[in-house]
Amino acid sequence: MMRAAGMTVALVLALMLAACGERPQVVNYKQGSYQGKPDTPPYQDAPYNGDKAAWERAIATRTQAQNEYRRIH
Amino acid sequence: MARMKFLCDAERCIECNGCVTACKQEHDIPWGVNRRRVVTINDGVPGERSISVACMHCSDAPCMAVCPVDCFYKTEEGIVLHDKDLCIGCGYCFYACPFGAPQFPQQGAFGLRGKMDKCTFCAGGPEKDGSPQEFAKYGRNRLSEGKLPACAEMCSTKALLAGDSDVLSDIYRERVTMRAARGTVGGPPWGWDSAYGRPEATPPRNKAPGASAAPGSK
Repeated sequence: MMRAAGMTVALVLALMLAACGERPQVVNYKQGSYQGKPDTPPYQDAPYNGDKAAWERAIATRTQAQNEYRRIH
Repeated sequence: MARMKFLCDAERCIECNGCVTACKQEHDIPWGVNRRRVVTINDGVPGERSISVACMHCSDAPCMAVCPVDCFYKTEEGIVLHDKDLCIGCGYCFYACPFGAPQFPQQGAFGLRGKMDKCTFCAGGPEKDGSPQEFAKYGRNRLSEGKLPACAEMCSTKALLAGDSDVLSDIYRERVTMRAARGTVGGPPWGWDSAYGRPEATPPRNKAPGASAAPGSK
């Protein structure tokens, strides 16, 4: 009797934990390694000459300029 | 800075093709190649919607996965670019891309397929920034000049937005909130109730234009 109950509990536990072993079914593409010429960051050359912060400020300003709720009141 | 993305607001796009024209003009793109195009759904039917589509610079880009010569790379800003010197024009990327972004110049009498051309987010390619070689192969590098893509900056209704995805999300969220606060003829925007509140919390709706008076009456 005890043995049957124990087996039942073990079976139920196994069924409940079955989903824990589920693997993600989303396809993850494996990227190949780039074989071409290296590229420089957009702030590398003039007019920013490596000043990443200034370039990011310029881009952020232009991005916000697309929001006319902030431009027109 | 997060990833650079495009966002097209279908409520605002008026299918003027200004973005398409701006792109072709900015990069001196030849006939037969359209890095950007406007797609209209339910054309001619009341309630039609248009969106401007180009390379979406996917986070997990299928074109990069299928390229047999590995000519694609992704910049630290999340822009998907490619090296035309390495491209063999096989067209795998065209079949892999769900947006039809890769374009192939058709030159010659037998439909010769040239090297792939696509939207670069106005970020050029693996040549010296702003050089004539870069312009000839990839078009103008506006990003290195501190500017955003020409298509988005040209958009007259600001339907097409480009830039840092976090900032774009903020802009779009504010836009949707303002629309809902003002009320629209057809009710709040799609998904408003489920996203921002219970149905009873729906903002008041305006009456349809002309609903209170018969047409022509004064």
